[in-house]
Amino acid sequence: MWSSPFITQPSSVSQIMLRVLLALIPGIALYVWYFGPAILVSIALASVTALATEAIMLKLRNRPIKPFLSDNSALLTAWLLALSIPPLAPWWMVVVGTAFAIAISKHLYGGLGNNPFNPAMIGYAVLIISFPVHMTHWLTPHALGGTELTFGEQLGYMFNGALPAGLTLDAVTMATPLDTLKTQLHLGLSVDSIRDMPIYGHLAGKGSEMVAIGFAIGGLYLLFIRIISWHLPVAFLAALFATAGVFHLVDPVHYVTPLFHWFSGAAMLGAFFILTDPVTSPTTARGKLIFAAGAGLLTYLIRAFGGYPDGMAFATLLMNICVPLIDAWTQPKVFGKKGGGK
Amino acid sequence: MRPLFKFHGGVHPPTHKAESTGRPIAQAALPSKLVIPLHQHVGNRAVPVVQVGERVLKGQVIGRPEGRLSSAVHASTSGTVSAIDMQLVAHQSGLPDLCITLIPDGKDEWIAHSGVDYRQTAHTDLRHLLRQAGVVGLGGAVFPSDMKSYSHKHQIRTLVINGAECEPYITCDDMLMRERAGDILRGAEVLRELLYAEEVLIGIEDNKPEAIAAMQQAVLEDKHAHMEVIAVPTLYPGGGAKQLIRVLTGIEVAAGVRSTEMGVQCFNVATAYCVWRAIAFGEPLLSRIVTVTGNVEHAQNFEVLLGTPVDELVAQAGSKPDTERHIMGGPMMGVDLPSGSVGVTKATNCIIEASSRLFPPPPPALPCIRCTRCADVCPAELQPQDLYWFAKARDFGKAQEYHLFDCIECGACAYVCPSHIPLVQYYRFAKSEIWQREREAQAAELARERHEFRLMRIEREKQEKAERLAQKEKAALAAKASAPAPNPEPAIAAAPATADPDDTLQMRIDAAVARAKEQAAAAQPKNTDALTAEQQAEIDAIEARRAKIREMAAHAGADDEPPKSNQG
Repeated sequence: MWSSPFITQPSSVSQIMLRVLLALIPGIALYVWYFGPAILVSIALASVTALATEAIMLKLRNRPIKPFLSDNSALLTAWLLALSIPPLAPWWMVVVGTAFAIAISKHLYGGLGNNPFNPAMIGYAVLIISFPVHMTHWLTPHALGGTELTFGEQLGYMFNGALPAGLTLDAVTMATPLDTLKTQLHLGLSVDSIRDMPIYGHLAGKGSEMVAIGFAIGGLYLLFIRIISWHLPVAFLAALFATAGVFHLVDPVHYVTPLFHWFSGAAMLGAFFILTDPVTSPTTARGKLIFAAGAGLLTYLIRAFGGYPDGMAFATLLMNICVPLIDAWTQPKVFGKKGGGK
Repeated sequence: MRPLFKFHGGVHPPTHKAESTGRPIAQAALPSKLVIPLHQHVGNRAVPVVQVGERVLKGQVIGRPEGRLSSAVHASTSGTVSAIDMQLVAHQSGLPDLCITLIPDGKDEWIAHSGVDYRQTAHTDLRHLLRQAGVVGLGGAVFPSDMKSYSHKHQIRTLVINGAECEPYITCDDMLMRERAGDILRGAEVLRELLYAEEVLIGIEDNKPEAIAAMQQAVLEDKHAHMEVIAVPTLYPGGGAKQLIRVLTGIEVAAGVRSTEMGVQCFNVATAYCVWRAIAFGEPLLSRIVTVTGNVEHAQNFEVLLGTPVDELVAQAGSKPDTERHIMGGPMMGVDLPSGSVGVTKATNCIIEASSRLFPPPPPALPCIRCTRCADVCPAELQPQDLYWFAKARDFGKAQEYHLFDCIECGACAYVCPSHIPLVQYYRFAKSEIWQREREAQAAELARERHEFRLMRIEREKQEKAERLAQKEKAALAAKASAPAPNPEPAIAAAPATADPDDTLQMRIDAAVARAKEQAAAAQPKNTDALTAEQQAEIDAIEARRAKIREMAAHAGADDEPPKSNQG
């Protein structure tokens, strides 16, 4: 016998994940435009690794492979991880990070729906802790007009670690705009003089600011089709803006503008695509606000005072830890029980 | 315009109502037999008062109400009682229940009956008439109407008449309102009188403009004061009593609270209609409007005699050969009938003929990704994803803490779940497990009391024995005292009580019993001590489903461990 309800809406996990993947496309397109097609190779490599790892883990766990492999969640993890690390990262780094994210941080915790930590951010954390130097070699945007690698040369470096004769890695890569800001501030320069460096554009880093805008556009699409709720991006961006704003107002010489923080690093990607992972974020509306605001605050603190170039990943992971607590604390009142009573 | 209120969540499933509203209500043909269950209402099963072989008249009581919460059952037509036995019934449990089988004689001969003027009749008598006429809530709850129409003066402000009919496919109330608005309103007037209500609000979803127009017209024609027909937004489950009360009055009636405590009472339109037929004409509840739709040639509403076998009813709408099952009720909250042989009951508002083409089975369930689409649509404002988690983990205490018993099982959560998890099944499972445990705890408590009494008795007997012994020795001593006694022995029985090893053991037992009692009191499930009569009655019904639910849950999903029984 079957029991009610006998009808369901034609939605599915794989469809939701697919839409999130689609929403990443504007950002990726701008990425390719400004930094070349190397990122596509990273994404493809991460995707293949993620699907293979997912299949192996499902097999080891005696779970049906087809429904889970087609849920698109592994692909999303792969894309987010590839977008978080330098596009010129050697192939084995992409593979190690992705495999770790899927096998350890997802399947060892029980697979889809059960992982307490965002798998992509775990993958990122593993890579930045294990291979810090490789993680600082970001391609320079071609808008700077410096030496540029051809696609073939990019592939050569990714798979063989070889650069064309006469070129050093430093000639074709740079630290991120956030990282550069931090280093230069340490050297005693003021924010204004640093911002005059050629790598900076109107909002933040040249090229990377446009990629951030691309992610924001995709995020707004997700908001519009109600795949994500507004609470997370709004609270995160507001908290980041407010914290950065306070520091900037108090000491504009040493603290950069809030807008710079919005459009630097992984802030936009994080606000719309990483914090919004439903599995690892709170379920209540108030909980989402607290969670995302906490992440915004932590992101700023790590960026301004921590040792890492960006704070998004660690802020996300730290807030992931708090999710069960936040959920338990923010249980809303139920129908008919809002009026003071129990 | 009256300001309307909103309830949280809700969904918009395709309504499929147009299929069955194109034709007027038809009188269903007299069936070859009637299978009339004696338990068609909330409360105690009616007691049969006829014998096998007896000829009965249409409207004759064949089951008398038993106890305070019960209702009468009648012969739907004249004929001969051919059996009084256990048969499959139209109920979720799929278990048989006591039924009276009646072979119609085709004469449809009425028993003598007459109505009363409700204005000239005492309220107590009116309620008695409703009980004797077997009038119960026809919206699906089948709660005896006499028990719902009791109120003090000034207690009830608003009487809500529910014509919302939010479930897809069902149109029986819609058609009843279109065709018999006058009698519905007259019944509502009787109920208003019984409840001393100040106003009557008739809520109808705005996808039924014909019904709204007909009802408004009837209000004007019969000059009903204090009555207002209100179009409410179409939003499932807006026809739930709590949701409709919320929309019309802004009042939220919490789970376990009677709406009358908050000044509101709610009746379904079909119930109001039956109230009028019972009071004004003395006609007991013998038939009801049933929508027959789904996989049929011509979907339509029928006026169906209670007890009509579902098979015979659906044949009249041209049930198609590839029909696989009959769903009683709507697709959101309906029941998969155990067989087509069951009789139509007072709760049967709709029969959907289902084929796998119309209702494809859901894809295999994936794990919950906590997307909270379920929480977004939950009209009880629960966190269905948490309840699912607790039910699956058998953490029933936590499930109750998260208001499991506030769940109305409307199915909105399962409808939107992108992982296709049969959420409502999990909640039913958890509820029935909790009820079962409570029953077990009660049984254990009883056993403990018996045991304590036994210990007490043993102790008493021991003391009595010791006393007798002491008496004997005293007597012996007294006898000795008369003779010279150089070494008088101390009386054994006078030894201090605490020196007795048995007694310290007894004290330890007592202490342990007291501790266990305390623990049991502390571990008592919350939320369930204030059960309403409806819930209490439902417990028994749901208990019967437990076995089924477990079995169903066993097929629940690819990643999901099936819930197993306690013994598992």
